[in-house]
Amino acid sequence: MKNVYINSVGSVSAQNTTDDSDFLKDIISYNETTITAINPNYKDFIPPAAARRMAKGIKMGIVASKLALQKAGLESVDAIITGTGMGCLHDSEKFLSAIIDNNEEYLTPTPFIQSTHNTVGGQIALEIQCKGYNFTYVHGSNSFESALLDAKLQLELDEANNILIGGVDELADHTIVLNKIIHHIKQEPVESSKILDSKTKGAVFSEGANFFVVSNKKKASSLAQIEALEIYNTLTIDSVENQARQFLKENHINPSNVDVLILGNNGDVEFDTFYHKLATGDFKNTQQFVYKPWTGEFNTVSSFGLLLAANILKTQNTPEPFKLNNTNTSHYKTILLYNQYRGENHSFTLLRTC
Amino acid sequence: MSQGIAITGMGIISAIGNNVAENYDALITEKKGISRISKIDTIHKDDIMVGEIAYSNQELEALLNLSPQNNYSRTALLGAVAAKEAINQAGITDIKAHKTGLISATSVGGMDMTEKYYYQYLEDKNAQKYIAGHHAGDSTQKIAEQLDIEESLVTTISTACSSAANAIMLGARLIKAGKLDRVVVGGSDCMSKFTINGFKTLMILSDTYNTPFDDNRKGLNLGEAAAYLVLESDAIVKAENKPVLAYVKGYANANDAFHQTASSENGDGATLAMEKALEIANYKPEDIDYINAHGTATGNNDLSEGRAIIRVFGEQAPEFSSTKAYTGHTLAAAGAIEAVYSVLALQNNIIFPNLNFETQMQEFSITPELKLKEKTLKTVMSNSFGFGGNCSTVIFSKDM
Repeated sequence: MKNVYINSVGSVSAQNTTDDSDFLKDIISYNETTITAINPNYKDFIPPAAARRMAKGIKMGIVASKLALQKAGLESVDAIITGTGMGCLHDSEKFLSAIIDNNEEYLTPTPFIQSTHNTVGGQIALEIQCKGYNFTYVHGSNSFESALLDAKLQLELDEANNILIGGVDELADHTIVLNKIIHHIKQEPVESSKILDSKTKGAVFSEGANFFVVSNKKKASSLAQIEALEIYNTLTIDSVENQARQFLKENHINPSNVDVLILGNNGDVEFDTFYHKLATGDFKNTQQFVYKPWTGEFNTVSSFGLLLAANILKTQNTPEPFKLNNTNTSHYKTILLYNQYRGENHSFTLLRTC
Repeated sequence: MSQGIAITGMGIISAIGNNVAENYDALITEKKGISRISKIDTIHKDDIMVGEIAYSNQELEALLNLSPQNNYSRTALLGAVAAKEAINQAGITDIKAHKTGLISATSVGGMDMTEKYYYQYLEDKNAQKYIAGHHAGDSTQKIAEQLDIEESLVTTISTACSSAANAIMLGARLIKAGKLDRVVVGGSDCMSKFTINGFKTLMILSDTYNTPFDDNRKGLNLGEAAAYLVLESDAIVKAENKPVLAYVKGYANANDAFHQTASSENGDGATLAMEKALEIANYKPEDIDYINAHGTATGNNDLSEGRAIIRVFGEQAPEFSSTKAYTGHTLAAAGAIEAVYSVLALQNNIIFPNLNFETQMQEFSITPELKLKEKTLKTVMSNSFGFGGNCSTVIFSKDM
């Protein structure tokens, strides 16, 4: 079995992650119930005429994937695997409200076409003329992890050498309103640094795209090695710690050998308890990081977690505001990521320096 | 690479039957499931025909013994019914006895409820339970719950109309790689106003019975359906001495990289998918005994697919037919529906007819199989193509 490496990243998020020059240098603090991703200069990546027809999710996906390809020095890849929890929400809402508002008349096909979940993956294939394997996973907070799992399998078995994977989700107006009604979005804005103590229901919703070239060929520029990944449709508060132990055991690692634990806390009083279990249990002496207070929550935001982990391993730099505790760890070699959303679709990802 | 993955169970619900036996009966008696639409109030009701499942949501909820508080979309309801049949047929009584995953495909997801309550949600507290059921993964989570699959690998694929073929492919790869011992794979899509109007704006809905590979074809009929297969590792099959229905022998996904919705005129992606699937199965084109074509009856698909078949197999292509004249195009579920039909073809040595065909296409001379035909079948190829240039081929065989 071959090793799997993260060879490059491309990112559009609510933080400065698009350009290498100011990558996570100044962490932006928010005080909102929804956060939008910072728009890059789309003209640098997409012809304006084409960009006008594209919803933000598609544009973010194209920018992030083009950046990842550029940084990996690749024109094309063997496969493109995308994860998106909610798909192309903007076009779905546009087409659906037009159906209802105009009683099924005067409709145009573009929003329907672009509402299809695999639009981003298909567009990227079209742009770079990649005729290879092209999958899109749409499984809540395990959408991106499913893409990673699939890519890892192909690279390990040497069925492909370079695969573009990514997670992308966009905000859309009506969906925001509906998620507020059912308290999946917080009722009141909270400052980023105070979210985890908010003790209120729901999360701060957001959007973004993080793409990676993963490869079984290590390069000088490789950021990290992806050691292992496991996804679970369900876990209970009582089983999460055991499953973490089991996961590490299968990879011949003790919890004490984990240098960094990156958690997906989003400040939802109902579901952050899963993270508390690990943070106060086996890993209480491990350096812990969180990112969702500064990026917001969306189904594929765990791809930002992977980006953060890869960056820590490569640069050994850690954004101060993301620290959940302080352990004076001097060198970071092994990182464990744990994520879930509303108690469903849990994942563990294990990364190492390479 | 050429060892097949065992299929030990299958389940299906479609416009031509609520289980495998009913579907087979309709296939061999040439009973179409296409009619005018009755369950969705649409202004297009007089100019489209669809493949609807007879059961109402209430009847499906009763079949599954769901409480009145449930928030299942019709996609989840159909999926749960079909997946349960597959598990029963595989003789599985304890799902936790082996590491079991679920890979489901859908494109519609919970859109049926979203379009029903879109504005009503704002006022109606009782309807709000469906809001969180909109996303595609929700139906899969519910099917997993119905099957008692917990703390395991469960995911959803959505690559438009090739989705379920891709779910089968991933499942087979996960077993091969030893990630899972057993996996339920397939797809579910219910009828929705959203897809009816979407395909209507693309002007590819026929106003009458769809006629795959006919020169005068007018487009597709939408259908709703769900189907699942149980795939199991060799070790389980041997240890439990399980009857094997057929094997997943080859598979491939390729991208046309031509247009967001249309297929390339010469079927580049389709050709690649068929060729790669043959390669994985270690077969030559002449090893294929029957092709269950995607054959949606749109002008674009049937021309592109027909040309691709000729590119791979030559003018002497094996018998082929599309079963979409029976069921309509069931979108993300189609690859699983047709996987069940491919296995039924193998089990019974029967090629299902391509109904409604009258006129030979002008662009080529290959003709689909028009009559029910008995033939000793060892291998069946099944094609599924979707938006985003997504092309998939799965090969089923009697031999491992």
